[in-house]
Amino acid sequence: MLLKLTSLVPLYPLIGCIINGFFGLRIGKNAVGLIAAGSVGLSFLTTLIIFIGLVMTPAEERVFEQVLFTWMAVGDFTAEFGFQVDPLSMTMMLFVTGVGFLIHVYSIGYMHEEYSFYRFFAYMNLFMFSMLLLIMGNNFLIMFIGWEGVGCCSYFLIGYYFEKKSACDAGTKAFVMNRVGDFAFLLAVMYIFNIFGSIDFTTVFHAAPEKLIYDSETVTIITMLLFVGACGKSAQIPLYTWLPDAMEGPTPVSALIHAATMVTAGVYMVVRCNALFALAPITMWTVAFIGGATAIFAATIGMTQFDIKRVLAYSTVSQIGYMFMAVGVGAYTAAIFHMVTHAFFKACLFLGSGSVIHGLHGEQDMRKMGALKSHMPITFVTFFVSTLAIAGIFPLSGFFSKDEILYHALMDGNFILWGMGITGALLTAFYMFRLVFMTFFGKSNVDPQVHPHESPKIMTMPLVILAGLAFFGGALGIPLFHGWHILHNWLEPVFYFDMPSALEHSAHLLHEQGKHAPSWSHLLQPEGDHNVWVEIALMLLSLSIAVAGIFGAYICYIKKPHLPDLLTEGQWGYDLVKNKYDVDEIYDETIVKPTLEGSKLLWKECDAKGIDGAVNGTAQILGWLSNQARNFQSGFVRNYALFMVVGFIGLLIISL
Amino acid sequence: MLKVRSIDMEMVPLTHYLFLSATLFVIGVVGVLVRRNAIVVFMSIEIMLNAVNISLIAFDRYLNLHDGQIFSFMVMCVAAAEVSVGLAIIISLFRNKPTINLDEFNIMKS
Repeated sequence: MLLKLTSLVPLYPLIGCIINGFFGLRIGKNAVGLIAAGSVGLSFLTTLIIFIGLVMTPAEERVFEQVLFTWMAVGDFTAEFGFQVDPLSMTMMLFVTGVGFLIHVYSIGYMHEEYSFYRFFAYMNLFMFSMLLLIMGNNFLIMFIGWEGVGCCSYFLIGYYFEKKSACDAGTKAFVMNRVGDFAFLLAVMYIFNIFGSIDFTTVFHAAPEKLIYDSETVTIITMLLFVGACGKSAQIPLYTWLPDAMEGPTPVSALIHAATMVTAGVYMVVRCNALFALAPITMWTVAFIGGATAIFAATIGMTQFDIKRVLAYSTVSQIGYMFMAVGVGAYTAAIFHMVTHAFFKACLFLGSGSVIHGLHGEQDMRKMGALKSHMPITFVTFFVSTLAIAGIFPLSGFFSKDEILYHALMDGNFILWGMGITGALLTAFYMFRLVFMTFFGKSNVDPQVHPHESPKIMTMPLVILAGLAFFGGALGIPLFHGWHILHNWLEPVFYFDMPSALEHSAHLLHEQGKHAPSWSHLLQPEGDHNVWVEIALMLLSLSIAVAGIFGAYICYIKKPHLPDLLTEGQWGYDLVKNKYDVDEIYDETIVKPTLEGSKLLWKECDAKGIDGAVNGTAQILGWLSNQARNFQSGFVRNYALFMVVGFIGLLIISL
Repeated sequence: MLKVRSIDMEMVPLTHYLFLSATLFVIGVVGVLVRRNAIVVFMSIEIMLNAVNISLIAFDRYLNLHDGQIFSFMVMCVAAAEVSVGLAIIISLFRNKPTINLDEFNIMKS
């Protein structure tokens, strides 16, 4: 009964968006803020009610579908407009609406001086609506609508300061790069429909083990296309360069869209399609390695940046890399766990950086900060807690979630992957504490004209709540003791995949095609027991790695502030990393410029000369012909009579 | 049913009438096309109409029907009406310009 409220969850933000979008200027800032935050708050409350309803149903029946109407039916193809609530989408809904609500409240304070206050909140509400469609849709098409919707809102909000050229360019870049991924995603959906005759999640995932052969080309292509889509949305190599530039948008946008929710949509999608990915070992391997590579790659760039938001952006890219690494080794729960904790601490970090920027009247360069901890006590404490969490210090949330990923990577027998993860953890601790030390400690480099001040309550309250969540969020997944991992127990039914019977089906299908099935027996070995001692050893190791990173940052930025300059002076390697490995330049030269030149060529040669020429030429020929025909109309009656006679004679000749 | 009457040998055969009719018609057409005087053009049209009348009557006699005679009366009526309208047009043309040379009038090309 409580589950029937499902369709209300995305409805509230949509109503909020419509009211704010159309009447926002007339109803005043207070009302706009109230409606925007209130609608998301209502969504959150409704989600809580649904959550209670879902908890009360038995674990095996925790899939609830609500079909509102049949959206389209063409031939064999039907697309329903419906929602699906299961433990996975429930988890997403809870943290998306919860964190979203806090960020909306924060934005009321942060954006208060802005003229187009209402425009900001209309887009934010539209984003919440799209994001909820993405995670609640019961088929690929609804997911795709949400997928495009969040991309669109991301574009609107990055380009919020549209009078700044850099913001417009960043918005375009984000949109175009996302489109690359979206195209692959759309192709995957079409391929799925081609094979299954349906785009319904339940149907497709049920039929997957029966119709697809393990490790066949078909399933590899589908999952690869899905993964390319996820790369675009979740800013993974090679489609990650848009996310750092997206920091041109207002800070709450970075917190909501580019840290907590939208960029994790790719991870969610892959996790949702786990039944397909389980059949494609090559894709899983790719996902894991792309994730691991991104985790290290982005972390190294993050160490060299001076813009406070850019450091956090690279940190986000790196953390999402961790999530993909977890997905790639089949540790879906760990990925979702890290996604949730990441949403808490990264949203808090972004909002904290927003509070710093707000207090310094728009200063984002960390070299012009320092010693802010006495000026902004609340911001400092919350920021520090979240930094400890992301660095992986016991017992904060990041420690548990990151450790679980590293454990699963190692248990997968992949030492390279694990090495990537542990290096990334070291770098994460280093660059995050570099950020904290440069901003809040040391001596003040603040412009003497600027007087730093703490932000108003409406901004600090969300910070405190998020910091609390970042502190205690780890309780969702306490390892070591059997049954204490709440999130694992909760999500287990979604990730249940009957590998033996899937392999049996594959062998059967191969046999029908007259081929011999390879031996898959090594895949069916029972998983080893949860090795408690290995895990404890890993925990100690990663804890010491994190402490080492923090100590390194302490040496470099507090003890001997001149050391970094001495070490990096004139090093070509450092310059390369600082220039983000010149990836933007390489993309510009190899992809953007040829595309632009090609487009220009097509425009000038093909379009202007070819197509326009054909159209204008037709008009000109017709004009010339008409000019000739005009001479017939001399106005002399006798000429007309002559034509009549000629015509008659002609008709006579034809009829003879 | 068409019942063909036995043709008397001393009668003028049908083809002669038709040749006459055709000749008159062509004279009329050429007159319309080449003459400039509106009155003459007009008379040429009358010649064409009467050429048609001749062929109508000839067929009428040849096939022993009476429809042709009725038609020829019809044509005459139309011709009479046309003459009255046509002469009025010519008079109004003459009032606009003191000529009835058709080459002077190309006002249909607005």
